[in-house]
Amino acid sequence: MSEVIVITSGKGGVGKTTTTANLGVGLAMRGKKVVLVDTDTGLRNLDLLLGLENRIMYDLIDVTEGRVHFKKALVRHKKYESLFLLPTSQVKDKSAVNPEQLVRLCNDLRQEFDYVLIDCPAGIEQGFQTAIAAADWALVVTMPEISAVRDADKIIGELGRADKENIKLVVNRIRPQMVEKGDMLDMDDINDILSIECIGQIPDDEKVVTSTNRGEPVISLDDSQAGQAYRNVVGRICGEDIPFMTFPKESFFQRLRHALGM
Amino acid sequence: MINLLMKIFGKSERSSREIARDRLKVVLIHDRANVSPEVMDHLRSDIIRVISNYMEINQRDMEITLANDEDSVALVANIPVSKMKHA
Ligand SMILES: Nc1ncnc2c1ncn2[C@@H]1O[C@H](COP(=O)(O)OP(=O)(O)OP(=O)(O)O)[C@@H](O)[C@H]1O
Ligand SMILES: [Mg+2]
Repeated sequence: MSEVIVITSGKGGVGKTTTTANLGVGLAMRGKKVVLVDTDTGLRNLDLLLGLENRIMYDLIDVTEGRVHFKKALVRHKKYESLFLLPTSQVKDKSAVNPEQLVRLCNDLRQEFDYVLIDCPAGIEQGFQTAIAAADWALVVTMPEISAVRDADKIIGELGRADKENIKLVVNRIRPQMVEKGDMLDMDDINDILSIECIGQIPDDEKVVTSTNRGEPVISLDDSQAGQAYRNVVGRICGEDIPFMTFPKESFFQRLRHALGM
Repeated sequence: MINLLMKIFGKSERSSREIARDRLKVVLIHDRANVSPEVMDHLRSDIIRVISNYMEINQRDMEITLANDEDSVALVANIPVSKMKHA
């Protein structure tokens, strides 16, 4: 049984594309057949995160408009043989694909792949409606900031209106030190506010930046916290029961030392 | 000194995390309370159905609205009762 998952957020820049790339690599590392579909037409990035920008021949629009079969447009990952990218166009805009076209395409992709991950554009306009149309479930990415959480709530409402009731949450860019000091919302706060099951909390990690520079998602690095957190999400998607990393609150003595400026 | 003690015992002024959490809770009530007229119609007929088990009400003059306050949202209903049913 294949699964079509849309990665969405409402607010821009919270880590949808980063999450899509990492989960794609992580699932492929487990031997799953995975295709990543970039629907952020006009602002394509997923190719860069995967280091595949020089291998693109055709794009999503060529496929949906019937110019080529989807197999011709797929780009195979250099290292993970069961991972493919369906890039989008950098010159067209979001209206170039409609929901029916994406549903039809995803039905074809289901025949070939275990997982179809759809990287959604920011916002709640047509691009969003198209991206969610084919999804079995949605992964909402947010950050521990009030504006990102509010926008996530809005997206959750929109998903409900589109009859997408199966929604899971990933909280990205958590800064454990700030959480410890009581200066940042933690996963439990966001869980409580949004009432959506959380399947990942990803720490803010410089290695995300350096690995993006290299075009090699952080999930393949053993010594990265964000990489470990993404591996945990992959395990949970595969149905494993994996405990969450804990970021302890300050103890009495730590508070004492802080208060005394030590 | 009090301030220092409060810091040590963790009872200092509210943390920015708590402030964020409280502000979010309120703003989401407001965001979510922008319900469609359709939902309000459903709510209205559900309320009528439940209340009619206990009393006769004047449906024409009843009013149901969501009232926004600064830090809360209330469901305000004014439902004229024309007759009580037997207990
Ligand atoms: N856990 C993290 N730690 C550090 N940096 C991160 C993390 N997650 C994402 N970033 C950085 O945040 C930026 C935005 O990430 P990304 O492009 O994945 O967001 P997006 O939601 O896809 O944005 P858009 O809405 O524009 O499509 C990138 O520069 C990325 O490297
Ligand atoms: Mg993106």
